[in-house]
Amino acid sequence: MSHDMSDDKLPQAHDASDAHGDVAVTDNPFADPGLPAHQPRRTDIDERAAKRAERQVSLMFLVSMLATVGFIASYVAIDPDKIVYIFPLGHISALNFALGMTLGVALFCIGAGAVHWARTLMSDVELPAERHPIEADDEVRADVIEQFKTGAAESGFGRRKMIRNTLIGSMALVPLSGVVLLRDLGPLPEKKLDVTAWNEATPAAPIRLVNMNTDEPLKAEDVAVGSLTFAKPGPSASRPAGLQESDEDFQQAIAKDALMLIRIQPDDIKDANSKALGFEGVLAYSKICTHVGCPISLYEQQTHHALCPCHQSTFDLSDGARVIFGPAGHPLPQLKITTDASGYLIATQGFNAPVGPSFWERSA
Amino acid sequence: MKKLSARRRHPLAALVVLLFALVAIGGLYAAFAPAEAAQADSSAQSLKIDEGKKLFAVGCSSCHGLNGEGSSDGPSLVGVGSAAVDFQVGTGRMPAQQPGAQVPRKKNIYSQNDIDKLAAFVASLGPGPVTPTKDQYTATETDAISKGGQLFRTNCGQCHNFEGAGGALTQGKFAPSLENVDEKHIYEAMQTGPQNMPSFPDSTMPEKQKQEIVAFVRYQANEAPNPGGLSLGSLGPVTEGLFGWIFGLGALIAIAIWVAAHTTKAKKS
Ligand code: FES
Repeated sequence: MSHDMSDDKLPQAHDASDAHGDVAVTDNPFADPGLPAHQPRRTDIDERAAKRAERQVSLMFLVSMLATVGFIASYVAIDPDKIVYIFPLGHISALNFALGMTLGVALFCIGAGAVHWARTLMSDVELPAERHPIEADDEVRADVIEQFKTGAAESGFGRRKMIRNTLIGSMALVPLSGVVLLRDLGPLPEKKLDVTAWNEATPAAPIRLVNMNTDEPLKAEDVAVGSLTFAKPGPSASRPAGLQESDEDFQQAIAKDALMLIRIQPDDIKDANSKALGFEGVLAYSKICTHVGCPISLYEQQTHHALCPCHQSTFDLSDGARVIFGPAGHPLPQLKITTDASGYLIATQGFNAPVGPSFWERSA
Repeated sequence: MKKLSARRRHPLAALVVLLFALVAIGGLYAAFAPAEAAQADSSAQSLKIDEGKKLFAVGCSSCHGLNGEGSSDGPSLVGVGSAAVDFQVGTGRMPAQQPGAQVPRKKNIYSQNDIDKLAAFVASLGPGPVTPTKDQYTATETDAISKGGQLFRTNCGQCHNFEGAGGALTQGKFAPSLENVDEKHIYEAMQTGPQNMPSFPDSTMPEKQKQEIVAFVRYQANEAPNPGGLSLGSLGPVTEGLFGWIFGLGALIAIAIWVAAHTTKAKKS
């Protein structure tokens, strides 16, 4: 393999018009010019250039291997909590930086090597692929239509309407079996969303509203007009210490029991029912969106709108949490509240509707 | 001396002497009179309120009424307290460009001294939250940041985003980013509930918890490391997706074009 670059090694550039013979230009000014002459690449005619390209490609693959090793090494060696300062990025995690860089280099070098290889060393001979019309010729088509008609006549499909209709019916119904399989996504929530911790409250054994921030029971006068407070259920028969973050089922419970407490000037409350459920303008609504159950509390104190960040359902809290925009199907459930002898806010019954998203057995 | 006496007969000499005399008397008056006046008046506070009232008449009364009683263009300021004034004017929100549910932040044109006067006047209209002092909004405990983080996620994150980067509300309104907000103003916003933000009064969120939230917001904005490098505004998947599509795919397309445009042929055509 000792080739030198010299003129006689250059493949003969052939004339384009050769491919199609002589073309009379006067007859057809837009004659097919044919393929342009094949131009060799430097690496085709110069073995040294080819060798160099080969080394470059292997080098890139080698760098990729090293980067992969670096990836594994940094995964093992770098402390995940280590924060370093790297100029344009600022204070970033050393591990994230190392993993991203090494993986990036490893992938980039494979790609760049492959592109370089294809462009310099793989064959680049032009290959024409001719195109033909894709339809069959008239004779074949006429034959197929004839056969189809004969088949239809023999089956009596057009005559025996009952067979035809039942066939169509059965075909239409088959996809339903797929729909039924979706039932496996269950189990259905049944009555679980109807029952929250607040349901335990009775006039004889009320449950206090406890401030999520301070863990203290809330008094009505604590809740100022225009303020927003989050509350959870206080001590009850089944949970003598009240709902605590350390409870094993805290997340499950708070997902149904969470309250948002607001206070509106009583005259500004449009819905008489909702006003009656509150106490002197203090209203307690479920924090769980009735669309698919995101926690909502983007409360605007001037418009009294609460917005759900998930799909933009908007509830008017001054009007019984009516849905004024978005996909939610029900107003937010409201909790009937009042105060006990010492002025603390209490609930004496559960929410006025099941909390959370719509579901098939939903009762209200 | 020679020069002075030479000019004694100058036609303007009398005028110069007169000017000297005026300046001297004015200076003496300025040095002694105000002290006497302050003693005569009830207190520096009432002076401040008087001056605040004048500033109010110029800058605020066209919407809020001459005595802060409110009008169809602006709410009554009775009982909003000095903290609300300090926040609204200090962040440039007031005077508002136009009344509405969202008053955006803009350049503040009042000096802190003038703001204090305005605040004193508005506070005199009715009791309300008082402008906090530095030790009221500065947390001292070492675990304030982590506690503040928890409180922030419960009370603030829904609107202002988990990092305080701000977010969208209904009908074009938005919760602003907290990144470059003064600690005092963050505290005041919680006290007073400006514009559509609900308030978090001391009765439901004690002073100490507000301090912790302020500490967390400051930490997020200034010191918190950014584990991934590019934060892209910390707005979540929307900016990241957009960045991926526009810059990531754009770069790949540009590289593909560049690769295809560079021939490897031995003879350039
Ligand atoms: S979950 Fe609230 S709008 Fe979808």
